[in-house]
Amino acid sequence: MTISSEPRHLDARYDVLVVGAGPAGMAAAIGAREMGASSVLLVDREPDPGGILLQCIHSGFGLHAFREEITGPEYAERFFEQVLDHEVDVLTDAFVMDVTTDRRVKLMSPSVGVTTVDAGAVVLAMGARERTRGAIHIPGDRPSGVMTAGLAQKMVNLEGYLPGRRAVILGSGDIGLIMARRLTLEGVEVVGVFELLAHPSGLGRNIVQCLEDFDIPLHLSTTVVGIHGRDRLERLTVAPVDDERQPLMDRAWDVDCDTLLLSIGLIPDAELARDLGMRMDPLTGGPMVSSTMETSLPGVFAAGNVVHVNDLADWVSQEARVAGEAAGALSTGRMRPLEDIRLLPGDNVGYVVPHTISSDHNQTVSFRVREPIYGDTQLRLGQVHRRKLKAAVPAEMITLKVGPHLLEGFTGDALRVDAVPFDADRDAKGGER
Amino acid sequence: MAGAQAETAVYLCTGCPLGCRLEVDAVDGDVIEVRGHTCKRGERYGRQEYLDPRRPLSTTVWVRGAQVARLPVRSAEAVPRDRLVEVAEALRGVCVEAPVQRGQVVLSDVAGTGVDIVATRSLQPAG
Repeated sequence: MTISSEPRHLDARYDVLVVGAGPAGMAAAIGAREMGASSVLLVDREPDPGGILLQCIHSGFGLHAFREEITGPEYAERFFEQVLDHEVDVLTDAFVMDVTTDRRVKLMSPSVGVTTVDAGAVVLAMGARERTRGAIHIPGDRPSGVMTAGLAQKMVNLEGYLPGRRAVILGSGDIGLIMARRLTLEGVEVVGVFELLAHPSGLGRNIVQCLEDFDIPLHLSTTVVGIHGRDRLERLTVAPVDDERQPLMDRAWDVDCDTLLLSIGLIPDAELARDLGMRMDPLTGGPMVSSTMETSLPGVFAAGNVVHVNDLADWVSQEARVAGEAAGALSTGRMRPLEDIRLLPGDNVGYVVPHTISSDHNQTVSFRVREPIYGDTQLRLGQVHRRKLKAAVPAEMITLKVGPHLLEGFTGDALRVDAVPFDADRDAKGGER
Repeated sequence: MAGAQAETAVYLCTGCPLGCRLEVDAVDGDVIEVRGHTCKRGERYGRQEYLDPRRPLSTTVWVRGAQVARLPVRSAEAVPRDRLVEVAEALRGVCVEAPVQRGQVVLSDVAGTGVDIVATRSLQPAG
């Protein structure tokens, strides 16, 4: 397979232009071609397509997209082979500087310089970026050796540098857990993982195979309250927290280390969307979208982690395929579905995507609970649908399939999504079975 | 010998992101029953985890002549859990030359485990 920063040719106009060639962008480009777009351009700022998948060398990808468990680089390469099969033009090493509301895309790259491409439709698939130290205000010095877990992952897995010799990880999200194992395998001593919350943020399987397998301690309800070191990180102060998540300083202790990896969450990398002035969702940090992932600007779509942070790359690809298909369909002059039902996050729901749905077709509704429910959970979509889950935790995104079978006969203009303990629901409904 | 030794081991299945809680009943080191799984792979996992825990290994090796410094690799099959670090150490000095094809065997029978290490990414020569 050859990937080049030189496009086979770069046209002045494309039916669909996709920004970002990660698991979202690649799926969107394929979807657009399959729904009839005659020309699709896929743009990425890195030299190789694949996005963050290239540094996610662990397995856990592809169970939905390929029906087998593969690693990130394999997922990227197999997807990219499909992109090439679908005769998508690919421009790497190219940075999208600006998108206008009439879909003129200004981009810059060593091979084409600064140029503008017109697009019939645009799919924004820029993914997410990591929250940094500034987002959680850890007091102390500013030595080297403090970095996000994903940056360390890039150093180790692509560039061949170790970030340090003795590391602490703050945050028990999956990236942090995976880096705990990764550093251990490369001979770095991982002193421990510290998590502010009383429960781990990452998947259970990663607690087992990234921490327990290597006897790496996980300290729940504990956080970093001080960073010490003149040039290089030398020591952290950590402290347990109370129920209000306030540190108990009288029980603080010091940990010697030269590296602190932060795995404290992702935020949509949505600057382009914000600059476009489209309607944004303060709950996700990404654009608001319709059931076909179209933003408030006609012809501009968004999908994947730029809309909301997903758990799995496979789901990102599924969602982006919907966006790409709709963008492709639009380019052939097909009508948009009638989109007239707003979705609202209700009881114990942190956010809902998409923000509107249609009773014309089947769609996937994704959301997360705010507080964990460790037991039978009732999911409610207004009065039209109920489903029971064994448990619901913020770390695991929940999806519902919603289509004409549920919405037939619904005449309102909005539906609330609730996720509540099963018993409370029954009480509220007066003993309903 | 004392009487039959019965025990129940509890595992969290790492077979997929679902993370089912497995209970494995064993008598005298033989697995009698696996409970709590929601698929066939889960049952197999529970049995294997009790008898001989294994994990897939992903790591990287040096690559010369490509645009990146490291080539991602994985074990063709799972390796014994207690030998993960040893296997990773055995791979630390390995260096391959671009071009590399995805699936190419980078090292056979790593650290005497009988398991091959394969590339998970194709890399063209740089420039």
